[in-house]
Amino acid sequence: MSAQIAFYVLALGALVSALGVVLVRNPITSALNLVVSLCFVAGLYALLEAHFVAAVQVTVYAGAIMVLFTFVIMLLDLGTVPARTGPPEGIPKATIMGALGAAFVGLVIHAVRGDIRVPTTAGMAPERVAELGGNSRLVGELLFGPYLLPFEVAGVLLLVALVGTVVMAKRDSVAKSTASRRNS
Amino acid sequence: MIPLAHYIGLSAMLFAIGAAGVLVRRNALIVFMSVELMLNASHLGLVAFSRFREALDGQVLVFFGMTVAAAEVAVGLAIIIAVFRSRKTVNIDELRSLNG
Repeated sequence: MSAQIAFYVLALGALVSALGVVLVRNPITSALNLVVSLCFVAGLYALLEAHFVAAVQVTVYAGAIMVLFTFVIMLLDLGTVPARTGPPEGIPKATIMGALGAAFVGLVIHAVRGDIRVPTTAGMAPERVAELGGNSRLVGELLFGPYLLPFEVAGVLLLVALVGTVVMAKRDSVAKSTASRRNS
Repeated sequence: MIPLAHYIGLSAMLFAIGAAGVLVRRNALIVFMSVELMLNASHLGLVAFSRFREALDGQVLVFFGMTVAAAEVAVGLAIIIAVFRSRKTVNIDELRSLNG
């Protein structure tokens, strides 16, 4: 029973703050709503006994990634971009999107109505996971065992992203300095 | 025990909200955040299926998804900063030079 209450509270919180991301005008408020939504979803992960993923969600997603977002929003100072005036031409589009979204959700809920049976061949029920040393330990053993190659490739991907980000963020100043060198 | 269908329904709702944000909002940063919302919704579905299949591989996949999301956010924000520097705007209605 308490798990059910927790699920509905977390789900409602995630949905409301997700709506906040889309509907709010101020980008900073939007980003903070997204942080809240991600934390609620982390709570749902914990409810699903995915403790490792819940922790990574809070530290990496709601922590690191959203700090990057708020940093860029404040760097670009988008508060100074004026809000659109005049009759909002986006309303019909928003209505169409709302209808399409509702149709999508309805279709999915219709498709999964009732009880879905999924095969449980791997046999990692929560009791068994606890017996074997906990969720984080087993996920770690998977990461450094059968998924070692993808794990290393992910590291290379992060390195590439790091270098690419620096190159891209610096390109303007590099172009400017070469231009000024040419001018002088 | 909450049925799997509830998690999938919630995941679909979060995904629909994110998709609506991508298509309706005009600020590139908010569009990007909505993309993150959609990614997060799909992760929720993966973790739910992983729990109900009683296999941990789905959680490993979500971990890799988060790694890729971190890389994607870093590169995407760098692109937005570069665009803002050259165009002085991040309104996607004004960034139409690839539109022919």
